[in-house]
Amino acid sequence: MSVRRLAKNQPASFAFSQEAREKADWWIAKFPAGRQQSAVIPLLWLVQKQEGWVCEPALRVVAGLLSMPVIRVLEIATFYTMFQLTPVGTVAHVQLCGTTPCMLRGANALKAVLSDKIGPKDHCSADGKFSWEEVECLGACANAPMAAINDYYHEDLTPESLAGIVDRFAAGDAPAPGSAIGRQGSAPVGDPLTLTDPSLYDGSRAKPLSLPNLPAPATAE
Amino acid sequence: MVGILEDKDRIFTNLYGRYDWRLEGARARGVWNGTADMLSQTPEWICDQIKASSLRGRGGAGFPTGLKWTFMPKAIGDRPHYLVVNADESEPGTCKDREIMRNDPHRLIEGCLVASYAIRAHDCFIYIRGEYVHERERLEAALIEAAQARLIGKDNIHGWDCNIRVTHGGGAYICGDEMALLESLEGKKGQPRLKPPFPAGAGVYGCPTTVNNVESIAVTPEILRRGAEWFLGFGRPKNSGTKLMSASGHINKPGVVEEAMSIPLRQLIDDHFGGVRGGWGNLKAVIPGGSSVRMIPAEEAEVALMDFDDLGARKSGLGTAAMIVMDKDCDIVAAIARLSYFYKHESCGQCTPCREGTGWMWRIMERMVTGEADPKEIDMLLDVASQVEGHTICGLGDAAAWPIQGLFRHFRPEIEQRIANYRSRRANVPGATLIAAE
Repeated sequence: MSVRRLAKNQPASFAFSQEAREKADWWIAKFPAGRQQSAVIPLLWLVQKQEGWVCEPALRVVAGLLSMPVIRVLEIATFYTMFQLTPVGTVAHVQLCGTTPCMLRGANALKAVLSDKIGPKDHCSADGKFSWEEVECLGACANAPMAAINDYYHEDLTPESLAGIVDRFAAGDAPAPGSAIGRQGSAPVGDPLTLTDPSLYDGSRAKPLSLPNLPAPATAE
Repeated sequence: MVGILEDKDRIFTNLYGRYDWRLEGARARGVWNGTADMLSQTPEWICDQIKASSLRGRGGAGFPTGLKWTFMPKAIGDRPHYLVVNADESEPGTCKDREIMRNDPHRLIEGCLVASYAIRAHDCFIYIRGEYVHERERLEAALIEAAQARLIGKDNIHGWDCNIRVTHGGGAYICGDEMALLESLEGKKGQPRLKPPFPAGAGVYGCPTTVNNVESIAVTPEILRRGAEWFLGFGRPKNSGTKLMSASGHINKPGVVEEAMSIPLRQLIDDHFGGVRGGWGNLKAVIPGGSSVRMIPAEEAEVALMDFDDLGARKSGLGTAAMIVMDKDCDIVAAIARLSYFYKHESCGQCTPCREGTGWMWRIMERMVTGEADPKEIDMLLDVASQVEGHTICGLGDAAAWPIQGLFRHFRPEIEQRIANYRSRRANVPGATLIAAE
């Protein structure tokens, strides 16, 4: 378990923007009547998208919207590690995967790059623009090592390419997510070895078919 | 030819996203073909076909999918039925469901409709892990397309109302456990419930629920289209079908590929993934099924088959068929210690053996990495591992114990040597001079 507490310095109040409020209503409507509590994780995520982090007044707002006790919302915010309980970098927040598959392919070298470029982990840089943390497996192991920057995955990183990406964020650019070495998704690097048969894609699969193993039609009596 | 499976038999034909993921592209690849015919049959027929194909759950446990569906009540009573798709893919090494959701979302949506019909559910939730933001956006967009084409939703052309919705988690590995997932879906902390009652009796909101992995759901329409015998034609008995397999770690070309079950592990690595870094002789060990199974050393990996029963007999497991390959240059103890940290971090804190035990195991493992552990601590560590294993509500305790047990099963002398080396360098350790003299 990880111990997570709310930040010491909290803003006085929180209110959803018009857009976020509509999105919140859309989430609540997804769940059956009386089960609106199910929307608590998506709503806290909306808070984080709006403010960059989850503050204490927002927990009260979400609790009010979903008619649930504030303590239950606090539980959710501290249990789920995706919620940032302190402010993070305003330009880029880097979540570097450090679990074994990424570690085997060089995540530790990437940590050194981020410490060098941004500073110690779990802290904002001096200008408040950047921050980084080490997270557990993000589920892109075939493209290791990788980091999620502002929620989107940058994959197949090397110390050089990660440094380049951070520099581009610093220069006000928004580097496109995806593989840093131009891989197509999770395909093994190099010429494709599979899925090369053109008949898979010429529309022949879409022709009407009759299902096999259908039960024998009932005989007319 | 590469591997065993031919292109014509692959189910996930847009695995790498080379083609259009939208409805039109998916239809050209055969998705949504014949779906109406499937739904004109009885739910029992669908369950029988899936049972006949001996499809086993692709989320790791390998429970027969068709059998699971038959546990649902035969008629809708006063409580609605739910299908919950477990897309909370967080197992280290595993990255297969992600490819389905971002590159072939319509295959999953079609599967949701067919499976919902088979278990008589009008409501379906896809619970995707929170970090998969891009994949969630794709799924949401695909759902809108499918609804506009009236393939799903109310009064759709298939004649079975099916309301499919996507919701997401908050970055907790434990929510991949079906009981924790249901708790999380209800807006609570992801702490697993006790079984029984099983989800088919009382699942989400206390209603009958079936929880299935993304891949299990996504392959079902194709099995019905091509027939159970076709699916049975791959792999050994009881391990049939095709399966997404992935490899990460010290291999030349990591990736995800669809292969026939029971493919030899070595052939899979050599054919598809460019071989082990530095050649097969440089292989040290493979964790064959995502982090939560015991590793197998090189000499067993040489002959192992990628299926549930063969790897199970080697005291490992197929899990999600996500290999983590480690070569001789890597510090295998540090690799397992990092996994121990992962389990310590992800323990939900509900059961004491796991909450405390994962922390103990991690701390001892860190001492093993440097060698400063006491030799007696090896047995203490294994004792703690066996005390955690099987004494928790969900499988996380087992999953935390197995990598450590696998490490010591195969590489114990190496760690003892490491401890001895550490001690021989330090004169202040009691007995160090003696050890050094030997």
